[in-house]
Amino acid sequence: MIPACRLAELPRGEAYRLDTDPPVSVFHTEDGEIYAIDDTCTHQDASLADGWLEGCEVECPLHASKFDLRTGAVDAPPARLPVRTHDVVVQDGMIYVRLSTDAPNLPPCVAARLAGGRT
Amino acid sequence: MRAVAVVGASLAGLSAARSLRNQGFDGRLIVVGEEPHRPYDRPPLSKEFLAGKTGEADLALERDGEDLAAKWLLGARATRLVKERRAVRLADGREVRADGIVIATGAAARTLPDAGGLAGVHTLRTLDDARALRDDLALGGRLVVIGGGFIGAEVASTAHALGLDVTVVEAASTPLAGPLGETMGGIVSALHADHGVRLLCGVGVKGLIGGTRVDGVVLDDGRTVPADTVVVGVGARPCVEWLEGSGVALGDGVRCGADGTTSVPGVVAVGDCAAWYDPRAGTHRRIEHWSGARERADAAVAALLSWGAKEPGVPRPPYFWSDQYGVKIQFAGHAAGADSVTIAEGSPQDRDVLAVYRRAGRPVAVLGMNRPRQFMRWRKQLAAPPP
Repeated sequence: MIPACRLAELPRGEAYRLDTDPPVSVFHTEDGEIYAIDDTCTHQDASLADGWLEGCEVECPLHASKFDLRTGAVDAPPARLPVRTHDVVVQDGMIYVRLSTDAPNLPPCVAARLAGGRT
Repeated sequence: MRAVAVVGASLAGLSAARSLRNQGFDGRLIVVGEEPHRPYDRPPLSKEFLAGKTGEADLALERDGEDLAAKWLLGARATRLVKERRAVRLADGREVRADGIVIATGAAARTLPDAGGLAGVHTLRTLDDARALRDDLALGGRLVVIGGGFIGAEVASTAHALGLDVTVVEAASTPLAGPLGETMGGIVSALHADHGVRLLCGVGVKGLIGGTRVDGVVLDDGRTVPADTVVVGVGARPCVEWLEGSGVALGDGVRCGADGTTSVPGVVAVGDCAAWYDPRAGTHRRIEHWSGARERADAAVAALLSWGAKEPGVPRPPYFWSDQYGVKIQFAGHAAGADSVTIAEGSPQDRDVLAVYRRAGRPVAVLGMNRPRQFMRWRKQLAAPPP
């Protein structure tokens, strides 16, 4: 498990981005739930931590794709592929993330960069 | 309500169909689309698709395996709405009858009066337009873009990256002054010169010259700009001709309440063809943004299913984005009502800026260039109810 941040440092309605590769974001919803998903929108290179959090959905800051934080499912286009979700554990006031072993759905430009190809 | 016809199969129509199912409508759903294609995403047509970086499969708006249990009538143009029978007549003579109708027929690209006959002259709105333009851009040479608005600027940016020699002709003294105001319109359109694209402002177009194919654009001041390909990007008009005489009130597009309801019960309108009442501004506004087509479908469908029983909510301030020369441009709100623009962060010279538009001290719009995080903070603030 990877330590993310202290729960007290992540107010409701905010997100914390982990510099993993690919990056992961932890969201604290207004209802007090905590979820972790891949930070990169599956449509194009944008950080979902910078997005618009509403209920259990986050809207991409660029092109307004929406993802369900609970399942990673696409709730609104232009994205068509879900984001990966990761397990979250809170222990002694610390938020930990257990990274998914599934393959991420990264947008073409980011996937090419990670593969060492040209963007 | 047992049957709903959605007229229009682009983002607004697809979003309305999805909203109907999400809101529990389990009756017959018919989607009518003038183009032969399944719903596709238009913003990439002037950017990644035109550049050849993405293909047609990437444009699909439907998810793999998505099934809305709808009957799709594609390649079918609506020609008339018969209010009495609540029916939509199609160009091929068929008639679609329904209890509820969603008008989502969008807008069509305006062009020049004499642009018809010459090869190499394009507008850009549809997938077919984009295919044709992409083929012509592949020939290289000189591109003249008529109109310095967002479509024109994006095409210029894409063509420049493909190696074409690009000139943009804009009739107004500053491009984008309408949506962004004079100051920021000037800063954003300076991206052209930054990249060696010629921008000619304050001069209209007299006409196009050429034999079978265009070879020049004649300006009002007598100059001729040589061209191998021309793109006319002079805005769009709402596709509402088919509604004339139907009883659906029209103005600039379909005149709607703050929830998409039209003057005819059981008929709502959404997307580029619809001018919703804007309670913030106290006036009707037709907004041609992608985000509005998607977000407002929910409200229009709720209004259709509950006719008048629900108080309309206040939609989010309009939001759009544009990608030009590698710069992410984002805008939310209305520039027209602003009495001041201040640079809150960054610097216009670096094309890295967050600008806040205010009216009587209150923020009414925000513009970002390459500042998605800060832009989102301001955009949320604009959407918050006034204190």
